[in-house]
Amino acid sequence: MVLKMLTGSQAVAWAARLARVDYIPAYPITPQTEIIEILSEWVRKGEMEAIFVQMESEHSLFTAAGTAAATGARVFTATSSQGLLYGFEMLYSIAGWRAPLVLVNVARAVAAPITLEPDHNDVLAARDSGFLQFHAENVQEALDLVLFAYRVAEDHRVLLPAIVNIDGFHLSFTRERVELPEQSFVDEFLPEYNPVNPIRASEPVAKGIPVLIPPLYSFFKYQMHMASRNALNVFREAAKDFEKLFSRTYAPVEEYMVEDADTVIVMSNSFASAGKQAVSALREEGHKVGLLKIRLFRPFPTDDIIKSLRGKKCVVVIDQNISVGKGGIMCPEIAEALYHLEDRPRVILPVIAGLGGKSISLEEFRYAVRVAERLASLKAGPDGPLLLFREDEAILVESLLKTASGG
Amino acid sequence: MSVTKYRTIKDVPREEFLVPGTPLCAGCGALLVMRLFHKALGGDVVWVNAAGCITLMATFPYTPLRSSWFYTAMPSAPAGAQGIRDALDILIKKGKLDPSENLKVVVITGDGAASDIGLQSTSGAIHRGLDFFYLCVDNEAYGNTGFQASSSSPIGSGTATTKPTPLYPMGNVLPKKDLFEIWRSHKPPYVATISPSHVVDALRKVEKALNFKGPKLFLALCPCPTGWGMEPSESVKLARLAVEAGIWPLKEAVYGEVTHTYIPLKRRPVEDYLKAQRRFAHLFKPVKNEGIIAEIQRQVDEYWSKVER
Ligand SMILES: Cc1ncc(C[n+]2csc(CCOP(=O)(O)OP(=O)(O)O)c2C)c(N)n1
Ligand code: SF4
Repeated sequence: MVLKMLTGSQAVAWAARLARVDYIPAYPITPQTEIIEILSEWVRKGEMEAIFVQMESEHSLFTAAGTAAATGARVFTATSSQGLLYGFEMLYSIAGWRAPLVLVNVARAVAAPITLEPDHNDVLAARDSGFLQFHAENVQEALDLVLFAYRVAEDHRVLLPAIVNIDGFHLSFTRERVELPEQSFVDEFLPEYNPVNPIRASEPVAKGIPVLIPPLYSFFKYQMHMASRNALNVFREAAKDFEKLFSRTYAPVEEYMVEDADTVIVMSNSFASAGKQAVSALREEGHKVGLLKIRLFRPFPTDDIIKSLRGKKCVVVIDQNISVGKGGIMCPEIAEALYHLEDRPRVILPVIAGLGGKSISLEEFRYAVRVAERLASLKAGPDGPLLLFREDEAILVESLLKTASGG
Repeated sequence: MSVTKYRTIKDVPREEFLVPGTPLCAGCGALLVMRLFHKALGGDVVWVNAAGCITLMATFPYTPLRSSWFYTAMPSAPAGAQGIRDALDILIKKGKLDPSENLKVVVITGDGAASDIGLQSTSGAIHRGLDFFYLCVDNEAYGNTGFQASSSSPIGSGTATTKPTPLYPMGNVLPKKDLFEIWRSHKPPYVATISPSHVVDALRKVEKALNFKGPKLFLALCPCPTGWGMEPSESVKLARLAVEAGIWPLKEAVYGEVTHTYIPLKRRPVEDYLKAQRRFAHLFKPVKNEGIIAEIQRQVDEYWSKVER
């Protein structure tokens, strides 16, 4: 095992290399570019035996990625934001083809207005496509989850594609100390991809053909659903093997000071680090808070979430995304998981924060926890999501507008 | 390359790769061409398809094909071909796949996919020099969705979205995109037009294309009884009329160099071709639209005046 200082982009490129991928179709978009630049260079230097091909669009790139995986190649690619949305049609197709490729999404908020900073409207839009979804908090996790993604996606009980989400800038361009796994250990963790019904001269197959009898469509979709549910156990099995080889492990969710907490903040991705800091600070102030990080979003780890959150007084779900006219995308999923429990939390507070990379301050975490606790004491519920926007930010907007208008 | 297996219609290979039993319309020109094309290519083929009439050729769990089939999506069948080609290549190179399992990769799309929504991915694949065949079955409209106009619909044709009205008495006012020239401008090794009426010509072209590595592109005129408004039994006759009237020139381009493989010595008037189809009926009834018919004739004459004999 080698220790290295790597950016998130370098780390996921290393993961693809260690996974011995065969095929890398690509198309540039900020902040994903570093990943494909590194991989193209390694291929051109002969350090990776793979085909790198720059396509003419994400729609094409996903199509090529999917057909290559269905043909039996181990495929890696990466995109971001509008790139993911531009290829959206193909996400459903790839999942329907049961083509287990791995796609890193470098999260970036979606235009308009255009920005380069992250939130999760891009990746969560892919929620229903059939892709597995892994969300990384730090650079080490980004690397490891790509290896997990191949292991789980290619398992014959699963056979679904996977997205590993890393936040743009916050992970993609942040350098952290990373344990770079040894190739032989990765080879042991990740056996060769063994495709099911690949396209071969000796055995003609038909893929992606229409089903004109309605029950057939449901039949295939249910199969995908069951396969995705299987991924939960396959992930856990993989985690055991991973721990034996690398002495660290991952679960579908991660608890931080949850056990004795009254109020639990639910988050995902890199901003969860800020959440954990806030929890530590609030603990020192005497608040019994904890944080639950969602690492595996599809399949949704309902049982793990119930285990962590049952019996708590308040749950604060911080969604770094917004379904306009409703609220966060993750919160209703958490609420649904808890609804039927006798001892369900008194309050589930939906909070929208961190859109377009906007930071979340300790004061904001403290405020959200306070609102939740107050609602609990009043035996009331929230009337809509809490939209966090700080005074200093409002002042900034005002002053920018003033400057621009020459005032 | 001057020696050919295909001298007369009797030389058409007997082997069938597309067996009877598909939901496509009787007399579908696209199906005729596909069957013929397959005979010339042989059996080790994977078809990569974009949404269109041909997509419904196979419906789960049935397929009339004795080769492989991969429906991708309307805009990106050529990109799908890229993925398959690259995957086969790298797997063979890495020793994970026996070379005997290799396949010819063939894109098949309608003209709408080829000239509109899929033009981007087509251009990309040609530009990268992808080693594949591309067969565009040109029925001159969006057939599968009910015969709406595509940019391959000819001027003066009535389609579901270019119905003749008092404001637009000629039906479609836009010219047909010249896909042959668009493809040729990318300088691929081989581009050709074919017609189901000229079987030996088509077989020879596929035979010739087999000698090239890189993009090999075929545009096939495919009469569509439903959309064109004619009897299913007349498909081949109509295709022949199009060639004899000079509307559908049979030609090829090797690395951009164009040769006409058949030059009708005495061209039939375009009117004969137009009159035979319901989609042009408004050019003749209630009154004959001499101006537009003459304009179509003029365009055809102008084309041939530039063709060297
Ligand atoms: C992205 C997308 N837009 C629209 C469609 C709907 N669609 C399905 S088939 C078709 C017509 C295809 O026409 P063409 O390519 O000319 O082939 P033909 O049906 O005439 O063989 C269309 C528009 C689609 N499948 N995908
Ligand atoms: S509509 Fe035309 S092109 Fe489509 S299947 Fe019928 S005959 Fe063939």
